[in-house]
Amino acid sequence: MATKRLLLNFPKDAVSTPMVYHLVKDYDLNINIYRAKITEEKGYLVLEVGGLDEKIQQAIKFIRDSNIEVNEKDNGIHWDEDKCVHCGNCIPHCPTKSLYLDRQTMKTCFDESICIECSSCLSNCPYKACTSVF
Amino acid sequence: MMKTYDEINKKIESQKAVVLTAEEVIDYVDKKGLEAAAKEIDVVTTATFGPMCSSGCFLNFGHSKPKIKMQEAWIDDVSAYCGVAAVDVYLGATQLVHNDPANMYFPGEFRFGGGHVIEKLVAGEKLQLFALSYGTDCYPRKEIRTTFDINDLNQAIMTNPRNCYQNYNLAINCASDRTLYTYLGVLKPNMRNLTYCSAGQLSPLLNDPYYKTIGVGTSIWLAGAHGHVYAEGTQHCSKVERSENGVPMSGSGTLALTANMKDMIPKFVRGVSFTGYGISLSLGVGVPIPILNSDILKHTIVRDRDIFAPIVDYSSDYPNRSSNILGRLNYEELKKGEVTIEGKKVEVGSLSSYSLAVEIANLLKDEITKGDFILSKPFQSLAPEQGMKPLNIK
Repeated sequence: MATKRLLLNFPKDAVSTPMVYHLVKDYDLNINIYRAKITEEKGYLVLEVGGLDEKIQQAIKFIRDSNIEVNEKDNGIHWDEDKCVHCGNCIPHCPTKSLYLDRQTMKTCFDESICIECSSCLSNCPYKACTSVF
Repeated sequence: MMKTYDEINKKIESQKAVVLTAEEVIDYVDKKGLEAAAKEIDVVTTATFGPMCSSGCFLNFGHSKPKIKMQEAWIDDVSAYCGVAAVDVYLGATQLVHNDPANMYFPGEFRFGGGHVIEKLVAGEKLQLFALSYGTDCYPRKEIRTTFDINDLNQAIMTNPRNCYQNYNLAINCASDRTLYTYLGVLKPNMRNLTYCSAGQLSPLLNDPYYKTIGVGTSIWLAGAHGHVYAEGTQHCSKVERSENGVPMSGSGTLALTANMKDMIPKFVRGVSFTGYGISLSLGVGVPIPILNSDILKHTIVRDRDIFAPIVDYSSDYPNRSSNILGRLNYEELKKGEVTIEGKKVEVGSLSSYSLAVEIANLLKDEITKGDFILSKPFQSLAPEQGMKPLNIK
């Protein structure tokens, strides 16, 4: 079993594809939707998929064959260390503690693997150190 | 045992001064003992980095041809005050950009304002000036639109009426039904989080609680520029409850600071957006404390655990000017990230960057050690027993 975060970008001609349905039904994947927005023009979907590694790879191929762009490496939320002043204002607002303060150095750190992309850091960072790719 | 400013400055000039940060000095005095350490140590550096709303700058543009007497001016669409001479303006840190919807669609985003213009200026970025006038015989031009950067200005003098608050409130939200959007960040209902804003044991005025060395005329490090304290800060209120060590247990003393923006380091001058509140400016400040005697040294070894701040409810007590507090916590507890208030676990956030304060204290220490930063004796003390007047509506 494996889990993987996927960022899907839907072009206009693919916005009506019921992608989550196919991932569950055809590839037996567990789906955790972090963020989604689909309009008539375009759309995005940020998912964590869980299942057999082989099935995940097949699913990614299926998504690409459906003319939907898949980003397997990125995280939808970025933390810019150069903009961060390490004040710690974001810390109580991050529900998974992916943003945390190293109490020895008193510096902010970002563990993007546990970020669920709730976006609360976006409005809580006074320096706009956190941004969303969407 | 006494040292004078002159003696310390002579040691600095000959690069022989012993300088420690307000963090390092704690263990050093523990090991050496107070009297021995007071003989050895010449300077302790203190620092802070956080939002300081009461900030701004005077800018002089020089004269266009033909000349204009600016009556209204905007820099990158942020209004600057023109009620001074023809091409002098004052730009305030909290000024909103023209047409900002503010809190019309609550909570407002407050993406850009005076603090951001000041950040761009110090970063050497190009800005737009737009100004209007009614025209006079000596200043006939009625409108000007041009671009400039800090190097085009004759003067860019940061002039901050209130910085370096000696201690501050711990903000919490006791309401059960609404989130608060404040200058101390977003406060969730039912006391789910708390915000502090002080560098604690590194903070300038907490290391000199009775203003023995920090006064009007004291040389300071303001975002990398060498400036000074030009007056007592606005709302300077020294007559407050203090711990046994003399440290105020609430917001109290303040400093008015000035320095040349052309000498500042962009990293330490940062525009700030507070959702639902507005714009501000974060600044890095370093203040050297000359160790003239062991009493002065004793105050610089104050620890986070010995500095207490009041917990204030921003849903009711703060806006209504009530003096009610929910209790007090020290900065050692706060820096752990979670505290217990009335039996409830509360997450702690901060708006003051301790790691940047450490960096600034070390930068100032390096400058003094190298003989590049000379101390100055204040020519006027800060009022030691001063209260603060409310505004009574008559």
